[in-house]
Amino acid sequence: MLEHIDETPVAGNGLLDRRMFLRGAGAIGLVSAAGSAAAETLMVPAWTKTPGAWLQGYGQPSRFEGNVARGPFPADLYGGIGPGSTRAPLQNLEGMITPNGLHFERSHNGIPDINPDQHRLLIHGLVKRPLTFTVEALSRYPMTSRIAFIECAGNSGALYGPKAAEGTAQSLHGLVSCAEWTGVPLAMLLEEAGVDPAAKWFIAEGADAASMDRSVPLAKGLDDAMIALYQNGERIRPSNGYPMRLLLPGYQGNMNVKWLRRIKLVREPAMTRDETSKYSLLLKQGHVAQFNFPMDAKSVITKPSPGLTMTGPGIYEISGIAWSGNGKVAKVEVSADGGKSWALAALSDPVLSKALTRFRIPWRWDGGPAILQSRATDDSGYVQPTREQQIGVRGSLAQYHCNLITSWGVSAAGEVKHVYA
Amino acid sequence: MFTRSAGFIVALLVSGAAVAAESPQRGQPITAAEAAAWDLTIAPDGVGLPKGRGTVKRGEQVFAEKCVSCHGEKGEGKPADKLVGGQGTLGGDQAPVKTVGSYWPYATTLFDYIRRAMPLTEPQSLSAEEVYSVSAYVLYLNGIITDKAVLDAKSLPRVKMPNRDNFHIVYPAKIQ
Repeated sequence: MLEHIDETPVAGNGLLDRRMFLRGAGAIGLVSAAGSAAAETLMVPAWTKTPGAWLQGYGQPSRFEGNVARGPFPADLYGGIGPGSTRAPLQNLEGMITPNGLHFERSHNGIPDINPDQHRLLIHGLVKRPLTFTVEALSRYPMTSRIAFIECAGNSGALYGPKAAEGTAQSLHGLVSCAEWTGVPLAMLLEEAGVDPAAKWFIAEGADAASMDRSVPLAKGLDDAMIALYQNGERIRPSNGYPMRLLLPGYQGNMNVKWLRRIKLVREPAMTRDETSKYSLLLKQGHVAQFNFPMDAKSVITKPSPGLTMTGPGIYEISGIAWSGNGKVAKVEVSADGGKSWALAALSDPVLSKALTRFRIPWRWDGGPAILQSRATDDSGYVQPTREQQIGVRGSLAQYHCNLITSWGVSAAGEVKHVYA
Repeated sequence: MFTRSAGFIVALLVSGAAVAAESPQRGQPITAAEAAAWDLTIAPDGVGLPKGRGTVKRGEQVFAEKCVSCHGEKGEGKPADKLVGGQGTLGGDQAPVKTVGSYWPYATTLFDYIRRAMPLTEPQSLSAEEVYSVSAYVLYLNGIITDKAVLDAKSLPRVKMPNRDNFHIVYPAKIQ
């Protein structure tokens, strides 16, 4: 069974061939694990000898998973109201889908408690027929589903900072999540309203207490925009826009307006607060880049990552997520020597456009210090930049759209920390 | 037979058209006047600004009553955003201080944002006169208009913000 396994490293510091586990070399890990573990008498546990719990109407995670939660919570500045965000616990998650209760949340004045029977979506402005839609009316339309990531433009912004911020995959990069969204193509509703050829943009506005609004190119609205009603098969959760949100695959999260109540077709952008004073990039010499929409290719290793301590030398699987707002992830490379050498990671199916993609690669950790990095390339040929490259072009004050390569330092004791390499 | 095949062709054409539309057309028509009740959008050229006017003096009163608890007596911020100062801090090596005065490119955004979202505990509670006046006071604190200035639908869009020319639209391209 093990005759064809080649454990020769394919890149520095112990990275092994990405196909190794597929060819059955996982057995090596199992063999060494079995060899190192102390013999244990197998007991029949109590839960096998007493009846289990009764049924539940809506399932909850095991009580032993209580530490898997969104966070960190921001300081409470206004007495439990106001703007805020929490992040998805990326280091505890696997695969490509974020469970609904763990999808990152960001709101500008709380999460509204919307009665779906009273909610209306208004489409007006440069249209032939201004229209309103109830949730029930939208439920009559043919639906489409797509798996898409949503990433806050402020995600990973700490990596612009002069010193490597202490943190976890969650606290540094957890403003990204991925779900299957189901709803009505916006183009179908716009067609019903009759688009005036003079319209070039639309304003999307939420029904929250900030009436948060953004200007969106009409071309995006007619391309792959969706009025999403469902998230991973159930109605969208309140913190993600119940009863409906705008989905703009690949575009900065803030534009995917939640609690969507109004779409106004216009000639020019409205220059709203959240597209001028926020979510714009302060570059060198005071220049500001506005309306930079797609979230560029990025990746982060989630296992190992800070908080997940290594348990002795041996074979590990390095795993992480990669994504691009411009299309599919074409490849992910991993380095264990701080970027001196790279090995190709395996991509788990399905690899979808504008969705999180899981990557994996085996690694024989020799117990010495290592610096782990991942580098995504998308199908447009765009390569995730190094810190030096990104800051060299933008300066370090841009705050948003940070997608530079993250470095995790592994100490001889097996501790993992965020470092600059 | 002839009748049946002709009917079949007609049915095909009809279903073909239905497939092209594919929409149950469930939108409820509404007049532009009715839609206006929800329309909060203010364009940079002033389209959407309501009637009314506001003064710096009145704005100082409204600010003291509704805004200082979060934005400070002179807009110095904490816990909410700093509103005043920071001009000249954006292009150098020092930490940038982004405020209405130093960073915001359009004065119309002030009216739009205050009306829809402020104050935090009572959004959409201010009158047009109060919103014009608070906008005027914040612009005055930043040295952008004088204490005698009156803001209305005509004068507000004409206020040139100091950082306007540093804003560059990237779309349809994207930055490096």
